[in-house]
Amino acid sequence: MATSAVSHAPHAAVHVEKTGLWSWITTVDHKKIGILYGATAFAFFLIGGLEALLLRIQLGTAENTFLTPEAYNQLFTMHGTTMIFLAIMPLSAMFFNFFIPLMIGARDVAFPRLNAFSYWVFLFGGLFLNASFLFGAAPNGGWFGYANLTSKQYSPGLNIDFWVGGLQILGIASLAAAVNFFTTIVNMRAKGMKLMRMPMFVWMSFITQVLLLLAFPVITVALILLMFDRSFGSHFFVPASGGDPLLWQHLFWIFGHPEVYILILPAFGIVSEVLPVFSRKPLFGYAAMVFSGIFIAFLGFGVWSHHMFATGMGPIADTVFALSTMLIAIPTGVKIFNWLGTLAGGSLQMKTPLYFSLGFIAMFIIGGLSGVMHASPPADLQQTDSYFVVAHFHYVMFGGSIFALTAGAYYWWPKMFGRMLHEGLGKAHFWLMLIGFNLTFFPMHFVGLHGMPRRVYTYPEGLGFEIYNQIETAGSMILGFSFLIFLYNVFRTWRGPANAPADPWNGATLEWSLPSPPQEFNFAEEPEVHSRDPLWETKREHGGPLPEPKRVSGAGIHLPNPSYWPIVTALGIPTVFTGVLLLPQIGPWGIVAGVLLTFFGTFNWAFEKP
Amino acid sequence: MAHAPQAEVHDAAGHSHPGPAMYIKIGVVLFILTALEVGLYELAHRGGSIETILKPMLVPLLLILSAGKFALVAMYYMHLKQDSKLFSGLFVFPLIIAAVIIVSLIALFAYHYGFQRVIG
Amino acid sequence: MTHAAHALEHHTSTGLDNRKVAIWTFIGSECLFFASLISTYLVYKGRDTTGPTPDEILQIPLVTVGTALLLFSSLFVVLALNGAQRGNRKSLLTWLGLTILCGIFFISMQVYEFQHFMHEGLKLQTNLFGASFYTLTGFHGTHVTIGVIWLITVFITAIRGQLPPEKSLNLEMAALYWHFVDVVWIVIFPVVYLMK
Repeated sequence: MATSAVSHAPHAAVHVEKTGLWSWITTVDHKKIGILYGATAFAFFLIGGLEALLLRIQLGTAENTFLTPEAYNQLFTMHGTTMIFLAIMPLSAMFFNFFIPLMIGARDVAFPRLNAFSYWVFLFGGLFLNASFLFGAAPNGGWFGYANLTSKQYSPGLNIDFWVGGLQILGIASLAAAVNFFTTIVNMRAKGMKLMRMPMFVWMSFITQVLLLLAFPVITVALILLMFDRSFGSHFFVPASGGDPLLWQHLFWIFGHPEVYILILPAFGIVSEVLPVFSRKPLFGYAAMVFSGIFIAFLGFGVWSHHMFATGMGPIADTVFALSTMLIAIPTGVKIFNWLGTLAGGSLQMKTPLYFSLGFIAMFIIGGLSGVMHASPPADLQQTDSYFVVAHFHYVMFGGSIFALTAGAYYWWPKMFGRMLHEGLGKAHFWLMLIGFNLTFFPMHFVGLHGMPRRVYTYPEGLGFEIYNQIETAGSMILGFSFLIFLYNVFRTWRGPANAPADPWNGATLEWSLPSPPQEFNFAEEPEVHSRDPLWETKREHGGPLPEPKRVSGAGIHLPNPSYWPIVTALGIPTVFTGVLLLPQIGPWGIVAGVLLTFFGTFNWAFEKP
Repeated sequence: MAHAPQAEVHDAAGHSHPGPAMYIKIGVVLFILTALEVGLYELAHRGGSIETILKPMLVPLLLILSAGKFALVAMYYMHLKQDSKLFSGLFVFPLIIAAVIIVSLIALFAYHYGFQRVIG
Repeated sequence: MTHAAHALEHHTSTGLDNRKVAIWTFIGSECLFFASLISTYLVYKGRDTTGPTPDEILQIPLVTVGTALLLFSSLFVVLALNGAQRGNRKSLLTWLGLTILCGIFFISMQVYEFQHFMHEGLKLQTNLFGASFYTLTGFHGTHVTIGVIWLITVFITAIRGQLPPEKSLNLEMAALYWHFVDVVWIVIFPVVYLMK
């Protein structure tokens, strides 16, 4: 009688290990894949943070020579690219992976092998991008890669080729995952889990997948045009041949603006999970939260040229985009009021996840206010390309996304790892992070309006920028240190036993009904849901907290077999783009090899026994 | 197991689809519409009074004809007419966004290039 | 296996197959891909600083044949799917085979067209028209090629008797992708060739 949760096809020729490196390489379990995403993303987050600290050291002193201009350009480009594509997005993906199936009452995502494929492609994309450092050729054109600085003429090295290839690889990972999660949420909800009963995190993630599906193809095309210019001699962005660098900007920002909603919507979802649990009352205005999220996503496709107010689009375009940008503040404001409404009158559990969520609200309001200030073209002409913008986007991306993701980490840590993070250390992390963050980024509003431009490696003495930069650099060190506290918390609690309770926070959603961590098959039997807060409802009916769920054998539950075809197929993708880098040396054969490997992997995957 | 040709067929989900006769009819219509497109193009470049009348209307007419072909393939060959409305939504919504982007970019660049003729 | 556990495996919230939802989702995403390429083509139309220009080099007759081929291939594949759903192996194989042939002819026509244009002096590097034309039609052609490979794979499974009516979704997915590729050409044909 099997006592583990392992199930095998009766005639399996190979005994499949559930532990060890091979089990991780061949896993198709969404929970393991989520942990892979999280660990990888956190490592990249630390790298991106280190890059930021180096930038801050350079900027801490006027006319500093700590970094050469070239080194500075590579570091600020990689910092931005890393934080957006290799940190925030995959940290969100960690939570999508681990929790979407649990929250909708499913056993796994719709396409488990495709899920694994997405992770491996992401990993290879991150490695591809960072491998550039080994060649002293890290991308150096900014995370936005404006043409025609990025042309072969003005960027002759491999830097931009690494950037183009890396982003294309990552785009494939995101698109595959988006198809997967979209299908999962549409099609694999448990009985009774109507769309308007789904947890808000699932809703926001759902909308995020739609944004991914619609926005990534656009940057794919922009990158293709740039790659063709650089590698095949076309003139898409060459002014002398009639090419227009502005086309790059439009295509990039048609992607880029939805991208920032891709970065923030999951964070909105996390906060919408934490606040009700720690206020011990349901989310205020569920329907308004859903529709405001949908409205933000839809309208998010109509604001992109607010990144281009200084390019001379003319009064009509300026006005249209200014209006749409101001309009999008409304649904965002609705969400903020609904979060406050959730807190109001609640019985607050003052625990770490709530602290980070409150920090999120405050910081995101500040970031949102500076964002609305950019919405006016005449005002933006002063703010654009200055540190005022740097302040804005760090308040929404760090103060917003990172604070919320951290809240999610503390909240869901026991469910993922079976251990509670230490409360005291968590609060210390919060306060240091809040103080460090604000010391780093608040002065940027002022130094920006005083005229300090962004994307510059130094500034002259005597303009009055020094004091701000010194405070910012000091703040960044405190901010960096706060993450050491988090790391210490993780290591210290890891040494303890994995015996966290199933429901340490008195949660409302289905994941808290399972053991911590859940067994491989998640639910022994399909749950049936009758309300938006199914676990609160169950506990009400039960008259109090539920007993600890028992781990069961899971005998007879069929799970998809592990497979190595996802990683094999995934390897084809970076091979193609390495082939592009090596075109001058080996001709098309690298690309051909990559295409063949991808086909080889795909065919075997398609015809593998499920 | 041979089946007599049927007017309608049911797929695994139990939805009924048009039969081969309908598909062939649609195919003929598609062919005719294509012939019309090419015909209109030829006429609009034939010179003389036909060209003067037709040339300014060519682009809108071609767009209408190709939209018609698009809709026929989508509704009948891709079975959107018979299938769940979810699939229509999955196709139509991105098409709307795509159309907005194409039109916006044309407009933005028309201004940018001083309204010189961009199409045709 | 308990009934509830079994139920978890097969039923979906919408009653629709996951794979069908996935292929439509993918097709929706691809609309934006081609929209971006078409936008690029239209933005740069008429802005070349050097020739050849579209009206100097584009050949309507050849491409019209290609357009007709693609349209007929859509008809053929839906007839093949009809055959698959009715369990009519002969119908399935005949129509699917014809679909594949049409696809191969279309690609051949494009390869010939590209070679001819390059001979006439239009390369990717020549001007904006060359760049945007080859990129737009080239990526469409790549999609057609992938479609042909997919259809051939399904054809082989059909020959081996591995495509009974219950598995007709495998063909339906390939067919949907194929129709999409045809529908993109329905837009490209007038925009590139007829609106000069």
